[in-house]
Amino acid sequence: MLNQYYGDYITVAVFVAIGAILVGGAVAANRAIAPRAPGGFKDVAYESGIEPIGGGWNQSHIRYYIFALLFLIFDVEAVFIFPWALQLEFFSSIGSGLTVLVEMFVFVGILLLGLVYAIRKGVLTWE
Amino acid sequence: MEFVDNFWFQLVLKLAGILGVVLTGALVVIYAELKIGSHMQTRIGPYYAGGRWGWAQPLADGLKFLQKEDLSPTGSDRTVYGFAPYVVMMATIAVFVVVPFGPDMVGANLDLGAFYLLAISSLSVLGVLMAGWSSANKYSLIGGLRAAAQLIAYELPLVLAVVAVVIQAGTMSLNGIVDAQQQTWFTIGSFNISAPFIIQGQILGFAIFMIAAVAELSRIPFDMPIAESELTMGYLTEYSGIRFTMFFLGEYASMISLSAIAATLYLGGYAVPGVHGNIVNLLGPGVLLTKVAILVFVIIWIRWTWPRLREDQLQTLAWTWLIPLALLNIAIVSIFKVVF
Amino acid sequence: MTTPEMIHRSETAVSIELQTPDMTLNIGPQHPSTHGVLRLVANIDGERVTDVEPVIGYMHRGYEKLSEVRTYAQITALVNRIDWVSGFANEVPFIAGVEKLMGVEVPERAQWIRLILSELARISSHLVFMSSYPLELGATTPLMHSLREREYILELIEEVTGGRFHPNFNRVGGVKPAYGGGSTTKKQSMDLPEGFFQRTADAMDRMDVICDDIDQLVTGNELIKMRTVGVGVIPGSKALEYGLTGPNLRASGVAYDLRKADPYLTYDQVDFDVAWRPEGDCYDRYVVRLEEIRQSARIVRQAIDKIPSGPLQAKVPRVLKAPKGQVYSRAENPKGEFGYFIVSEGGKIPYRLKIRSTSFSNLSILPWILKGQLVPDLVAIMGSLDFVLGDVDR
Repeated sequence: MLNQYYGDYITVAVFVAIGAILVGGAVAANRAIAPRAPGGFKDVAYESGIEPIGGGWNQSHIRYYIFALLFLIFDVEAVFIFPWALQLEFFSSIGSGLTVLVEMFVFVGILLLGLVYAIRKGVLTWE
Repeated sequence: MEFVDNFWFQLVLKLAGILGVVLTGALVVIYAELKIGSHMQTRIGPYYAGGRWGWAQPLADGLKFLQKEDLSPTGSDRTVYGFAPYVVMMATIAVFVVVPFGPDMVGANLDLGAFYLLAISSLSVLGVLMAGWSSANKYSLIGGLRAAAQLIAYELPLVLAVVAVVIQAGTMSLNGIVDAQQQTWFTIGSFNISAPFIIQGQILGFAIFMIAAVAELSRIPFDMPIAESELTMGYLTEYSGIRFTMFFLGEYASMISLSAIAATLYLGGYAVPGVHGNIVNLLGPGVLLTKVAILVFVIIWIRWTWPRLREDQLQTLAWTWLIPLALLNIAIVSIFKVVF
Repeated sequence: MTTPEMIHRSETAVSIELQTPDMTLNIGPQHPSTHGVLRLVANIDGERVTDVEPVIGYMHRGYEKLSEVRTYAQITALVNRIDWVSGFANEVPFIAGVEKLMGVEVPERAQWIRLILSELARISSHLVFMSSYPLELGATTPLMHSLREREYILELIEEVTGGRFHPNFNRVGGVKPAYGGGSTTKKQSMDLPEGFFQRTADAMDRMDVICDDIDQLVTGNELIKMRTVGVGVIPGSKALEYGLTGPNLRASGVAYDLRKADPYLTYDQVDFDVAWRPEGDCYDRYVVRLEEIRQSARIVRQAIDKIPSGPLQAKVPRVLKAPKGQVYSRAENPKGEFGYFIVSEGGKIPYRLKIRSTSFSNLSILPWILKGQLVPDLVAIMGSLDFVLGDVDR
């Protein structure tokens, strides 16, 4: 009998592998039966039926970069908030629930201030 | 019956079961989308394939795609380009590991269930970004970037909505969450009333979760990464044949998985009120899949009814409405948890 | 002195300091939202269009040149292929011009029939817009609903003319006998199909219901409003500068309609309102078109009441020869002012035919209006201008 802990994650690993095998199998089947006639214009990247001007990897202004930063802040918060959420019941049973609650509110409140600042700075309006 | 308890034997059974659910489920949902969409548009939809009501249309499409030549554009990063559908499919199937179809009908009852599925389900966007980047196509690039931005914006409401459920249930295991929804909520006389979390004040959380889920699926009204009329097909522009099919299948499978998660977290999952014991293992899948079907129908319904948002409007919706509301939801739930 | 505003500006300056080269993106000719084969060479910076250059000509069929070797009757078959979603309306100004050139008096009844069919063409053209515009914004369902209604209108047109898209129904001096054929110069020509007026009146009543349906399905939709209100604003003065006509001009607050301003056919005998809106954004252009469908239904209903009986065809010589001279003839087409400048040196064929096609003029505003817009808005604005590529390239 395997340890329950390892058993669970072996299951996960096998499922992930199955996902890969599924795609691999389909691609292999496709290799076996599909025609192959390389060359010609079908290999040119599609740009509305015109030969592309410049490559597909132009440098480009990624407007979403600032969102990634915002995301990072809140995602780190999520890492903290999950254990807190789990233990809230325990803390409230030993009578320190309110303290724990207020602590998290202060933490989230500070983060929210950051969000409010970003919104006020006009991050969300694309001008 | 020693071998029934064998880990590997069970694993094979689970694999077969979940693959069956994912693949047939995805085909059924594709068919449902074709049919429901058509009837909403006063059309008939697929009619001939398979003899009756065109039931075999998704299969026929799949077979057709299987026979198509596998193209990759010149200048593309072939390794990444080829690997992208693998990432999407692996992430999609891995989500199903923790979805409980019954007390014992679960791939693996992870203690970190809720956390795990949030982590895994966001992995598929990595595949989308890979697809968008490696295609060496400008439409794909824009589509991939949009997809990433969308994930970033909607991952948070999703996570925060789940946090509220975790607070209420006191556990992250999905089986535990289902059990928590069967616990006595309050008693009237000698009756113990239990209710799914959506009735226990999580209606806001459920709404946020569903909106964010539709955004994660990048379906209308949040389908900017594909946005047919703007980017032709977004990050999928260069994909053809079987690789495209894998993305397509993955999208519909994630529709099922996200609906199953929503059903588990908010609608009571596999639980049948008043029924306990081993029989739930038999009824559970049916109950869960019925709830999934309802949610999937709603998602399809939305798709055929609404236009799409603009990218900045989507960000505004997420950052100024959903995230603060989700935090508010957490605050309310935690206050109730502590005070009462 | 540093004001808060200046600090703000200096901070944003930091964020835009990192300049990236613009990406040149071809939108079209094979693109879902360019209605055919328009090509836009757009320079985009992230999601923002810095400037755009429309490239036209992929649909050029040389109708102006072809017309120089065809008789006037043959040209009718060409001109209704210019703007193919409102084929009948293209014929009217051309035929009217030729009639003016030759000095032919057209029977009253033929004039009314032309008016009815022009309005039906207007309805069908606007219904195409009602279906394609939400599609560009991502809503797929209005497409089918509007196209179904258009089908009823096309059936009416087909019933009379025999063609759904290309009626080729006008003749110099009147309209073609409805069915059964026969020489146009015979005294007795066939009249409209029996029951046509009744069916048309029913269809117009249905049209009011459909407009209310579209109102509920599309116009009031919050997401549609988010995507269109305040997007792509064309002020009235700019619209005039760029020579916009039709609903696009009227949505910018200029209530200019040739049917009122320079009545042709029998428009002076019917009562209707010119639909116009003040803002000039995409939403207004959409609403103006929806309102025009209602007004067209109103016009057709009046026309059915007022149409006199009589011949459909004036007496014209068997071989049509225009005297030496030139004429400009115009009409309010579904998409705007549509004109023909006909130069005749005498004889059976025109010396030169200049086509002032609506979409070409309406498109000329694209580089100005698309500058600085987001890519999703580019699609919304382009769709709201409602052009047809056949009409741009001729």
